[in-house]
Amino acid sequence: MKKVMTGHKAVAEAMRQIEPDVVAVYPITPQSEIAEYYAQYVADGIVHTELVPVESEHSAMSACVGAAAAGARVMTATASQGLALMIEILYIAASMRLPIVMALANRALSGPINIHCDHSDAYLARDSGAVQIFAESAQEAYDYMIMAQKLAEHKEVRLPVIVNLDGFTLTHSAQVVEPLEDAQVKEFVGEYEPIYPLLDVDNPSTWGPFAMPDYYFELKRAQQAAMEAVPEVFLSVQEEYAKLSGRPYKGLFEPYKLEDAERVLVVMGSTAGTAKVAVDELRAKGEKVGLLKVWLWRPFPREEIASALEGAKVVAVLDRAFSFGNMGALYLDITSALMHRERRPIVVNYIYGLGGRDTSTEQLIQVLQEIKDAQPGEGLRYLGLRE
Amino acid sequence: MPSIKVLAKREEERVRFTGGHSLCAGCAEPMIVRTVLNAIEEPVVVANATGCLEVATTRYPTTVWNVPWIHSAFENAAATIAGVEAAYKALRKIGKMEKRIRFVAFAGDGGTYDIGLQSLSGALERGHDFLYVVLNNEAYMNTGVQRSSATPRWASATTSPVGKAIPGKPQDRKDLTEIAAAHHVAYVAQASVSHLIDLANKVERAMKYEGPKVINVLSTCPLGWRVPWDKSVEIAKLAVETCYWPLYEVEQGRYRITYKPRKKLPIEEWLKPQGRFRHLFKSEKGKELIAELQTAVDRHWEELLMKERCTQEG
Repeated sequence: MKKVMTGHKAVAEAMRQIEPDVVAVYPITPQSEIAEYYAQYVADGIVHTELVPVESEHSAMSACVGAAAAGARVMTATASQGLALMIEILYIAASMRLPIVMALANRALSGPINIHCDHSDAYLARDSGAVQIFAESAQEAYDYMIMAQKLAEHKEVRLPVIVNLDGFTLTHSAQVVEPLEDAQVKEFVGEYEPIYPLLDVDNPSTWGPFAMPDYYFELKRAQQAAMEAVPEVFLSVQEEYAKLSGRPYKGLFEPYKLEDAERVLVVMGSTAGTAKVAVDELRAKGEKVGLLKVWLWRPFPREEIASALEGAKVVAVLDRAFSFGNMGALYLDITSALMHRERRPIVVNYIYGLGGRDTSTEQLIQVLQEIKDAQPGEGLRYLGLRE
Repeated sequence: MPSIKVLAKREEERVRFTGGHSLCAGCAEPMIVRTVLNAIEEPVVVANATGCLEVATTRYPTTVWNVPWIHSAFENAAATIAGVEAAYKALRKIGKMEKRIRFVAFAGDGGTYDIGLQSLSGALERGHDFLYVVLNNEAYMNTGVQRSSATPRWASATTSPVGKAIPGKPQDRKDLTEIAAAHHVAYVAQASVSHLIDLANKVERAMKYEGPKVINVLSTCPLGWRVPWDKSVEIAKLAVETCYWPLYEVEQGRYRITYKPRKKLPIEEWLKPQGRFRHLFKSEKGKELIAELQTAVDRHWEELLMKERCTQEG
């Protein structure tokens, strides 16, 4: 049944339906309502979850690590500075192959302090070893929270999974969301089967040992293998979920009017919605434009994205965060994926939307038009910036 | 209370902490860890902060731990064990966990007094059912004897060295035991490697309670304190006999000193055998500083006696 709800509520509902054993969470704008909704479910006794109302995000991720290693199904949520405080332990969670699912209500990193959306927090976790998925809408945030659980726990994967949803734009705006039935979600995620749980006291295991130069490298290589296993599992989870929900999840990214497109936008998150309108308006005028919306950002689907973009003339990659001192991180992902292709579009890079700066349909139409004259090897362009 | 016989029998029967680790000769930590684990009857899960104990016992692919054990980072042993305990509670609620399991965290003074204080305070306030054991060797020994907030005043450490202008660490140590007690948890105690039966008794009393428990154990580091490796128990005993490190407990708010020296020894007896205080014995100024340390020890001891009088019944 379709309902009107905020992104917060959609994420919290997905969490309630999954009903993890442990939720360790610390409130931060714009994530707080997720923690508040979940605390209410616990207070009302409608979930068996142990809520660990920690004193910091560092402890949130630490408690998640302890609980996940113990053998529990574990979730959390954070944003911005909260992720920054967690980051030390997020790396450890990934190295321990712990399937912790986290909603990240994307918010600009300080400083200056700012509570609004950009992707600098997600970029901070880029190399952490966590899988990262971007949602365009509250519906996608809901759906991917459920799919993330299954992806994270797959025995070939067993990694933390971050579901990114744009702060305020998605977390606080009311949208139409069609949730599944509780029983459908329970059946989809299934019983969690932990590996070497700490609570199996008859078969004691040592978690988080000390590795010297003689072993560290091989252990990290094994972690990379887990990341490499993600795309295939992601696709199979999507397929199963698409059947269940009737929603068209198919692919590591969403192509929008891409097949014959000469000029293409690449974006992550809620801006994809605006970009679709921009594409539609120009298509109505007969212009061959399209959009590639990234769903799975880490691991980065290099070959699939390169194949989807190689036929275009010009690609505009929109990065919603700086990678200071270089081009944007998404631009680097895409250009490096394309570099060994025979056919290579010109790729330009826009930095946009920092600290919650709004991006309009008109601006994206302008991007799609002005990139006609783009030259190879340009430096950064800025969208919506007062120079 | 567990007798030596009981402890020895448990050590033989179940060997929770095996040999083969690479802790230094004379290090107090294995004695403390074995005593704590043997004093607990039920199965345990252990969380360990980064530090000597962790690096010396789990060099991949080996482990000395014959109980489930987890290390995550330096400052989060309390939050980590809190997560393990929360998982246990949740799984019990849905009938996936039958056994009674107890939870123990081991962390050094650096991982507790300094970088892990917030994590510990949070876990104490939330009331998780666990025992937190501080292996207090009064500095960052694992990384080369840097000062911590447990390092005693005027001790020499590599980041508070003795110099021409400053004779060692100028600040007083923090009173972690009292900070833990201020959380009004069921059981908080101070113990020492020199009094292992006292430690075992404290662990057993602590484990009667559901909820957080903290035991701060003085743990000799021969390397950092600059004492002979075969004197680590003897030296720790002098800390107790001088009342520099009183053995006491706060059980449900009631203070009890578990060992009162018949004759309190002067602080010099504790300071003198240790290389880290040697400079204090080489100058007139040093003598003054020792006298100040004596005054501080006396004041704290009197305070403790008063707390005991005020909180005991009858």
